[in-house]
Amino acid sequence: MSSAASAAIVARGLTRRFGPRIAVDHVNLEVPSGFIYGFLGPNGSGKSTMLRMLCGLLRPSEGQAIVLGVDAAKEPEQVRRRLGYMTQKFSLWDDLTVRENLRFMGSIFGLRPAPLQSRIEELLAEYWLLDRADQRAGTMSGGQRQRLALAAATIHRPELLLLDEPTSAVDPQSRRDFWDRLFALANHGTTILVSSHYMDEAERCHRLAILADGRLVAEGTPQDLTADIAADVLRLDCDPGVELRARIAGIPGVLGVAQIGAQLRIICARDGGRCRAVLQDILRESGNLSVLEPIRANLEDVFVVATHSKP
Amino acid sequence: MNAWQRLRAVAWKEITQLRRDRLTLGMIIGIPLMQMILFGYAINFDVRGLRAVVVDEANTAASRDYVASLAATQVVAMPLAVVSGAAADAALRTGAASVAIIIPRDFDRRIQETTRTAAQIIVDGAEPSIQSVVSVLAVMPVRTRHGDAVNSARRVEVRTYYNPERRTAVQIVPALIGVILSITMVIFTAGAIVRERERGNLELLIATPVGRAELLTGKFLPYVAIGLLQTTIVLLVGRWLFNVPIVGSVLQLYVAALLFIAATLSLGLLVSTYAQTQFQAFQLAFLTMLPSILLSGFMFPFDGMPRFAQWLAELVPLTHFNILVRGIVVRGADLAELAPQLLKLSAFTLLMFTIALLRFRKRLD
Repeated sequence: MSSAASAAIVARGLTRRFGPRIAVDHVNLEVPSGFIYGFLGPNGSGKSTMLRMLCGLLRPSEGQAIVLGVDAAKEPEQVRRRLGYMTQKFSLWDDLTVRENLRFMGSIFGLRPAPLQSRIEELLAEYWLLDRADQRAGTMSGGQRQRLALAAATIHRPELLLLDEPTSAVDPQSRRDFWDRLFALANHGTTILVSSHYMDEAERCHRLAILADGRLVAEGTPQDLTADIAADVLRLDCDPGVELRARIAGIPGVLGVAQIGAQLRIICARDGGRCRAVLQDILRESGNLSVLEPIRANLEDVFVVATHSKP
Repeated sequence: MNAWQRLRAVAWKEITQLRRDRLTLGMIIGIPLMQMILFGYAINFDVRGLRAVVVDEANTAASRDYVASLAATQVVAMPLAVVSGAAADAALRTGAASVAIIIPRDFDRRIQETTRTAAQIIVDGAEPSIQSVVSVLAVMPVRTRHGDAVNSARRVEVRTYYNPERRTAVQIVPALIGVILSITMVIFTAGAIVRERERGNLELLIATPVGRAELLTGKFLPYVAIGLLQTTIVLLVGRWLFNVPIVGSVLQLYVAALLFIAATLSLGLLVSTYAQTQFQAFQLAFLTMLPSILLSGFMFPFDGMPRFAQWLAELVPLTHFNILVRGIVVRGADLAELAPQLLKLSAFTLLMFTIALLRFRKRLD
């Protein structure tokens, strides 16, 4: 119970069905307060459905979600007052200016006119939007709109931020700036739950949950996840060509093959060296003398292994 | 306090967005102007079953015979037994009857004399097409004591109350207020919620603490003001272009308009809870418009419709508003006399808004 008390989010057996399809399948999970917690998974893995259940927009088919100590399905309004939500698509109003969007969101969250005014000025400065303050949101670039969306989501200083793929439509520089803002918010005690399908973003999270087909397939810190990977990652220092690559991918026990420049990254199951032996044989057969070198796993490898292990 | 602030924020946002939406702004002004010019012409149809009151002061065999022969035409129906002239006036003013047949005490003597009119048929000039129908009654033969029919061409006088010059503009323009509001109001509110959905704003909006009632009311209020503005446009154009005066109280007219606007806006909100896209919302809005215009008595007199259509017409707010607006603008009736219509409009509003509120969920499932 002590861990639940300090957890911003506790999900127990959280399940959501859409007709016969299961979008989220019995997920158990705890998000500690003050953490940046990542949901990593491909499109359609249930990330958005999870977030929508956490802010009461969707009712769970089974299980429950306790958000900030409150059942999100039973008391959604209590939860909504205390959290900020950023939808995957830009959802502020294109025909309102930056300032007007912020003023509307602030009023809705109950900020009084005078404090709201100073809060807006503060956010405009903090999110580099001062020179855009009177520009309509619809005419801004992806990065600017995303800064505005984050500013609007944090206008009432929420305890918890739910961000649904916030950086999917912005350039790398904007993504880095955005993450700087997230760390600043986390330093002030805000819990942040962010979904993403970018590995580099996942690596920045304090803790991660990997979702595949609605199931939680791995959970932990990025360091633990890469250290505890249940597979060997090998590097082959050559450009193998399409044919050889296909042969390698077809070896039983090879969980993933990825070409990175002139290198091949091969993930082998820990099957007592059988997979590796077959791989060596194939290389020898084809006259390839390149070296197979074990390397450190990264999150992408963890992701591939985690999603592969389930049929 | 917070609820009020949120409601104001929603209304303010709606107005700000509206100000920047040139097409909608154009519709607010353009639709009333266009409709006024389009509908500025009369459409007359043959009518039966007009409600008539009879003031038979003679009460002789000849007068009863005359009333019976009028009833036999089926053009008028006489469900209301009226004795006094004052009661007949009241029935006309409130729209309870559209024709009054006045038979003077000396009816028997008058039909013998060629210089005097024998009876009077009073016609409500506020509604279209009644006029011409009743004119037929005036030329009906009147039978004398001796049983010989005397052509009554000059014996029965037809008088058109409230619209003595029988101008169609007087009949059409007041009713146009309701028709125009029916068209624009439903479309505007129906679009107001669906637009948020279609442009992808709704998910964020319903993830905030804004209450359902705050959101719907905040969307509702700006359009009340727009409805009153449109009412003003129709009245001013009616005054300047068609020379239609307002006989009754202008304030009372605006009160009636306010109730009608609320009724159509609530209907629009309900439509918006069914539609997923603005296109669907417009289709549904048009679906509500057609019966409004056809059944409300704007084109065809209520009395002339089959019973089933009359039942349906009772459910259409425009029916009640037309009675109100014609009563006030043309006949100078007082709102107090028209309380049933006010009550029906209020009940309609309450019902539609409540259903819309219950149907609108702050969830995506």
